[in-house]
Amino acid sequence: MSVTIPARTRVVKVQSPLVAWLDRHKEALTKWTLIAVVIAYVGFLILSPITALAFGALERGIGASLESLNHPDVFTAFWNTVWISLVVVTIHAIFGTLVAWVFVRHRFPGRDLINGLVDMPFAVSPVVAGYMLLLLFGRNGLLAPVVESLGIRIAFAMPGIVLATLFVTLPFMIRELIPVLEAFDTRQEQAAATLGANGWQTFWRVTFPALRWGLIYGVTLTFARALGEFGAVLVIGGGVQGRTETATLFIYRALDERQYIGAYSASLALGLFSLILVLGSDWLRGKKQ
Amino acid sequence: MLIIPLLVILQDGLSEGVGELWRQVTLPMAWHALKLTLWTSAIMTVINTIMGTLTAFVLVRYDFPGKRILNGIIDLPLAIPTLVTGVMLVILFGPQEALGAWLKEQFDFSVIFAPPGIILALLFLTFPFVVRSVQPVLMELDRTQERAAATLGAEGWTIFHRIILPPLTLPIVTGALLSFARAIGEFGSIVIVAGNIPFISQTAAVYVFGEVESENRLGASAVSIVMVAIAFSLLMFADYLRKRSKGKTT
Repeated sequence: MSVTIPARTRVVKVQSPLVAWLDRHKEALTKWTLIAVVIAYVGFLILSPITALAFGALERGIGASLESLNHPDVFTAFWNTVWISLVVVTIHAIFGTLVAWVFVRHRFPGRDLINGLVDMPFAVSPVVAGYMLLLLFGRNGLLAPVVESLGIRIAFAMPGIVLATLFVTLPFMIRELIPVLEAFDTRQEQAAATLGANGWQTFWRVTFPALRWGLIYGVTLTFARALGEFGAVLVIGGGVQGRTETATLFIYRALDERQYIGAYSASLALGLFSLILVLGSDWLRGKKQ
Repeated sequence: MLIIPLLVILQDGLSEGVGELWRQVTLPMAWHALKLTLWTSAIMTVINTIMGTLTAFVLVRYDFPGKRILNGIIDLPLAIPTLVTGVMLVILFGPQEALGAWLKEQFDFSVIFAPPGIILALLFLTFPFVVRSVQPVLMELDRTQERAAATLGAEGWTIFHRIILPPLTLPIVTGALLSFARAIGEFGSIVIVAGNIPFISQTAAVYVFGEVESENRLGASAVSIVMVAIAFSLLMFADYLRKRSKGKTT
């Protein structure tokens, strides 16, 4: 059935020049509107707080900022943060590689369960992580008699802080390495083995170079997270000034004591440090590609 | 390393039975803190999902000056300690600062020590999750279908929600779930931005911290268990969705 449209109902559309122009440039308009919205959002959400921190810290000039950080307790706090992060990164680099390796290469019962557990620290609030360790090693803790008989203090001491940071940063290395290992072609290893390389040589010469970028990125993420850990370290370490205080705990105390310039300057220093770390590894990665 | 701490907290929370655990969780202060955590996280997730998807779309589909810089900025929240994020927001919106004072005076709107600050802090630190989850999938999307749709006369919005959106649903949902799970436990930025004001701006993590400090073990364990249970089941759900779709396509 065909429908014929009577001639008189055919309306000639008269468009205003503006509407016509909008219609013609619709695609470009959508594009630039969306881009503008995203840039405005990112600018507001991410860049403006960062800028505010820089201004806040340098409000009274660089001299005053440096002056506020020039205190033995501050040095101790930053030094604690750096060495704890280094220890944590080293342990995770070794065990993370091992765990990822076992995980990708072997099938064993409970593999799925462990896969889920690796992500657990991601779901556990840092405060809860610290609290768990406190329940284990604190006064009347489950494992407290064991460690006490060994003469080690964990709660409110450095070992506890290291443990807490280890817990919180656990997923990063493994999650970074698993996809790299999965994508890795095992025939290269087999070829090396056929050519007479022993296990260690095969790992060092063939597998390790393939893992290198995953490792670098995993180390960076772990390091950045370890530098900034606060909740877990606060609960288990207690933040004793000049002793178990880390950089983040110093910032917290300085805010509490209304030493704003010190708190802001330390925040800026810590933020810049981990920023440089992450941007540096991004840059390395970009150069490789 | 992973299981023992979990068991200890479970055992501690249940040491007086499930009834007592429930009573601790439903104490007015604890209950309010949990509710606050959940609704601020939910609002954050909605905003983050929309803006994250839009950002990924703009980054993948359009070319414009500064695109590489924008792409780099997305990762900044991963690099910045959350405590420092909190400090930044206080400097920007604090009641003594210019912007914060102006907002307070003009609109009677407080960001710091109030829920908006919590939402802002959460938005800041979860921003990469949705973007980085959607981006790779969008990049690999075959564009012939879109062209076909366009040839057949479909408009921009129709193409977007009929052709582009369906394959993106999974990464969008997993990104959103990750953001939500991450938000529930956040402490560092929130303790700075929101302080520790019961019934106003005290979130679950901050509540647990308070109970630990005042040695109320039962209360701390009970709320901890609820938080871990929520966040962990969200992660498991995201994992399940990912696996199910993998099974479908291969």
